Amino acid sequence: MELLDATLVNWSRAQFAMTAMYHWLFVPLTLGLGVIMSIMETLYVRTGDEAWKKATKFWMTLFGVNFAIGVATGIILEFEFGTNWSNYSWFVGDIFGAPLAIEGIMAFFMEATFISIMFFGWNKVGKKFHLASTWLTVTGATLSALWILVANAWMQYPAGMTFNPDTVRNEMTDFWSILLSPVAINKFFHTVLSGWVMGALFVVGVSSWFLLKKRETDFALKSILVGAIFGLASSLLIAYTGDGSAYQVTQKQPMKLAAMEGLYEGKTGAGLVAIGILNPSKESFNDTVNPYLFKIEIPKMLSMLGYRDAEAYVPGIRNIIEGGYETKNGTALSFEEKQARGKAAVQALADYKKAVSAKDSIAATLYKSKLDENYAHFGYGYLDKPEDLIPNVPMVFYSFHIMVMLGMYFIGLFAIVLFFTFRKRIQNAAWLLLICLLSIPLGYIAGELGWVVAEVGRQPWAIQDILPVQAAISNISSDSVKITFFLFLVLFSGLLLAEVRIMIRQIKKGPENH
Amino acid sequence: MTTPAIFHKLYIFYRDGFKSMTIGKTLWIIVLVKLFIMFFVLKIFFFPNFLKSNFKDDESRSNHVGQELIDKAL
Repeated sequence: MELLDATLVNWSRAQFAMTAMYHWLFVPLTLGLGVIMSIMETLYVRTGDEAWKKATKFWMTLFGVNFAIGVATGIILEFEFGTNWSNYSWFVGDIFGAPLAIEGIMAFFMEATFISIMFFGWNKVGKKFHLASTWLTVTGATLSALWILVANAWMQYPAGMTFNPDTVRNEMTDFWSILLSPVAINKFFHTVLSGWVMGALFVVGVSSWFLLKKRETDFALKSILVGAIFGLASSLLIAYTGDGSAYQVTQKQPMKLAAMEGLYEGKTGAGLVAIGILNPSKESFNDTVNPYLFKIEIPKMLSMLGYRDAEAYVPGIRNIIEGGYETKNGTALSFEEKQARGKAAVQALADYKKAVSAKDSIAATLYKSKLDENYAHFGYGYLDKPEDLIPNVPMVFYSFHIMVMLGMYFIGLFAIVLFFTFRKRIQNAAWLLLICLLSIPLGYIAGELGWVVAEVGRQPWAIQDILPVQAAISNISSDSVKITFFLFLVLFSGLLLAEVRIMIRQIKKGPENH
Repeated sequence: MTTPAIFHKLYIFYRDGFKSMTIGKTLWIIVLVKLFIMFFVLKIFFFPNFLKSNFKDDESRSNHVGQELIDKAL
């Protein structure tokens, strides 16, 4: 049974990850390219320069291709919640449902209304009205992302709710603390900015292709200028929000931070691994094997990032499992203590249910109180051993470090592109143009790796500390999940192939034909 | 402007917009095929809502999830 469960959980996770990762191939370009084309149209409206209109229309067509092929791919994630993750869906219904409903009603209809004016309204509505429609389309897309990210942030840091044992649901008690949780705010800006960087890389990369082909030089130079300025600003801001995200992870998900850094032993004044290779011989959190084969650290930087204090103590994986170190909320509990509290919470839920059935209100009140007292560790009741608490360290570690390195690379790339652009030398720097073109996929890789850090790093939790994935799963056959996994693989690969082919065809046509 | 006139203008706006599409036609076909596959194949045959299709009301759903959560831990 345990093996069957593991197969079902693993296939369901793989399916969700695959769907989400494909979905995330479409979303960031929509967010980033949307803002860039809006900026270009703003320049057109302000200057009256037809070249900006031509550029806007070209990028708008590519935006349309990406939008059309990517639209509704995220709905499949909601299908999966209802089928594969029904315990989870029920358990969180009210909280998860509200942001998703707002997303569907407000943001999607906003996009749907204004996108038609944006595409059909050239020469039919006033310039300013058209410009407003373009910005509102992009705003709608960004607000869509906001509500989805708020729901995701709640899973990382559940707040603003209370558990009702009668309905077995978490019920929203404070909408604003869910919307404005520091995790949600950081996640929103960090994620949207990653889309902006992606859009900038795309614009600069495609424009570089035109310059390499010695076509559409004026259009390409204008696009590179806007793309590189926007990209540099976005990639600097994403470094800032990344710092905020690291701080939040340290406070709310210390195990994820330890995995991101491959940190097994806690230390004061902990350094940040700039470059490192993990030791594959490290098999257990409490063996004496050095977790690194090689590393270069920035002294005290991890303590600074995580606690804003260069001498702060950062717990490692072993410390988080064994507990006993001091935190701002008191002494950290060990895995066994948390597990005992989790078991007590689940037992209290079972006893509460029996008391309610027996119409014993005194006992029900007592068990409800015990449940409330231990609810913060409810999910630990499902974990058998300390190792269950540790995410896949190599995957999280390398994903995090490659993402950060790519982030730094993007800052440098946009800065160099701007330098060459202002010196009017970029069209002759074939090597740089080629690098820009080849850098387009790197934006996608960085974005996907960011999600790997966020989601693999918080395993085993579907909801941090409250519900692990093995309790969140439906009681269904793993065979059906395997079949749908491959169906999605085919469907999404087909969509991706269609997108790439149509995009390339449109790009080759050039801006004159849009 | 009267209400019917507004609707007529909207109709003309969308009609002309769709007529003048070039790449848009291919995209609409992709979108419609995709939505058909998603909602009329995947959703109906492969992704029934587990709780809605197996339990008739919210009370039985909450009892099921409650029992699952208890059984999986204890």
